[in-house]
Amino acid sequence: MSLHQPPAGLRSDPAEPHPAEPDTAGPRTGTPDPAVPAETVRSTGRRRGRPPRWLIKTASPVALVLLWQLASATGALPEETLAAPGTIVTTAAGLAETGELQDAVLTSLSRVLAGLGIGIGAAVVLATVSGLFRLGEDLIDAPVQMLRTVPTIGLIPLLIIWFGIGEEPKIALIALTVTFPLYMNIYGGIRNVDSALIEAGRTLGLGRFGTVRHIVLPGAMPSALVGLRYALGSAWLALVFGETINASSGIGYLMNNAREFFQTDVIVVCLVLYAFLGLLADLIVRVLERVLLAWRPAFSGT
Amino acid sequence: MASGLQRNLTPAPAAPADGTVVRVRGLTRAFDGRAVIDGLSLDVASGEFVALLGASGCGKSTLLRVLADLDHDITGEVTVARRRAVGFQAPRLIPWKRVWRNVVLGLPGRPDRNRAVRALEEVGLGHRVDVWPKVLSGGEAQRAALARALVRDPDLLLLDEPFSALDALTRIKAQDLVAELWQRHGCAVVLVTHDVEEAVLLADRVLVMRDGVIAQDQPIGLPRPRRRSAPEFVALRADLLAMLGVDRH
Ligand SMILES: Nc1ncnc2c1ncn2[C@@H]1O[C@H](COP(=O)(O)OP(=O)(O)OP(=O)(O)O)[C@@H](O)[C@H]1O
Ligand SMILES: [Mg+2]
Repeated sequence: MSLHQPPAGLRSDPAEPHPAEPDTAGPRTGTPDPAVPAETVRSTGRRRGRPPRWLIKTASPVALVLLWQLASATGALPEETLAAPGTIVTTAAGLAETGELQDAVLTSLSRVLAGLGIGIGAAVVLATVSGLFRLGEDLIDAPVQMLRTVPTIGLIPLLIIWFGIGEEPKIALIALTVTFPLYMNIYGGIRNVDSALIEAGRTLGLGRFGTVRHIVLPGAMPSALVGLRYALGSAWLALVFGETINASSGIGYLMNNAREFFQTDVIVVCLVLYAFLGLLADLIVRVLERVLLAWRPAFSGT
Repeated sequence: MASGLQRNLTPAPAAPADGTVVRVRGLTRAFDGRAVIDGLSLDVASGEFVALLGASGCGKSTLLRVLADLDHDITGEVTVARRRAVGFQAPRLIPWKRVWRNVVLGLPGRPDRNRAVRALEEVGLGHRVDVWPKVLSGGEAQRAALARALVRDPDLLLLDEPFSALDALTRIKAQDLVAELWQRHGCAVVLVTHDVEEAVLLADRVLVMRDGVIAQDQPIGLPRPRRRSAPEFVALRADLLAMLGVDRH
């Protein structure tokens, strides 16, 4: 038994040992030994002498836009290749004035919402059934795992044959793209809930339904939200692809039209719209995470 | 001693008719053909405090899980009080439920905040009612788990090394708390521990488990409250250590 071992009565659990104390022989003094490398622990609250973080974060995008404007103004970046930021803003304002912009956004948004609604619904139902029941797993999981490997974008020709070129194939494409990643995450989340907590729940008198409601489903929430975030990201991707199917309205239609006439400014406006909507979706998930996962001791970055 | 303070207000539920809360006969539990518990018999009287000692891996937790009705892969006869509560080595609080909701989780009816607050006050956590479990310290979490167990008014409280992860000082306080709560609630306790001193301090009876059975059954007749430094205490501790195969002389 080493000298550092505490007496038997005070010994800690062997599974969680004390961190080994460095074996510093010799007398201890009050001042730090100059030979020992030391560092000062800094407060994370505020690092003095540095501009605030939001300023640093906004500075580089602003600089990029300025550089772009400069390149356009000097003619280094011709209008046919990429319109100047100033032009783009004016074009956007013009489109908004005629109402084209709002119409396009609304149409595209409603496609995404419809596809998301169907996809999320399907994923939640399928994942819950196969996550909770052995029979459900046997019936559902294998086919889903197989279908998952098919790239949904590759289904476009089939979807056109099935649904024609109206709204349906676009919505179906989005729904399919959303379903699989979400299913995987919810199913995985349910299956990875800590069995120690389920056991604790049972000793507290929770029945099967209570266990699912209080332990399994909330426990799967972090994973489900990761899936939702990913699903939203791919939903916009599916939208962009879906709207290349002979759309007569929506952001994709606006963009295709612009291509015919080499209107790079309109194309960029459309891209910005896509990006903006994607950002908005991400923001929604972030808020959801903050509210629903407040209990989690999560790492929030430094 | 202030025993039954809480209990006298509400009529105590009938313990099993013959006054025992645990009755085990010929219990066997094997993992992959190896019998970890092998023909074990055990009785615990209602209100009795029993400590269970034994070398690591001898099957203490396995026995406790059987008593907690978490393991059905057994042969033999096991009868336990219906009203049980379990405290594990890790507090196992549900991270997504606030502390008070953890305490009353699984109780019939709507979650009763006042009842949770009373239980938490009893373990000295009246100021931690509304926080998430993640902010509790190890000792606080373990006390919250204790409140969660006791709020169920169990006839039998099963504890599996509840203090082993705590630092020495916190552990002493937790042991005193358990002694006090046990006297107030009057429930039987089966406490699995590695700590001989803890066993002598708290238990009416210390059981030593070896080779899948209760190999030794040592009553502790010391008056309470017990002092760790009393000569009888020290002697009993040495006896038990010898039974466990640790010779300290
Ligand atoms: N689920 C399991 N599958 C296989 N073997 C198991 C299982 N659970 C326990 N065992 C084995 O049973 C034996 C007793 O385990 P148990 O956890 O009851 O020991 P213990 O007395 O509680 O030990 P400790 O004091 O270290 O906690 C060990 O050898 C262990 O490997
Ligand atoms: Mg154990």
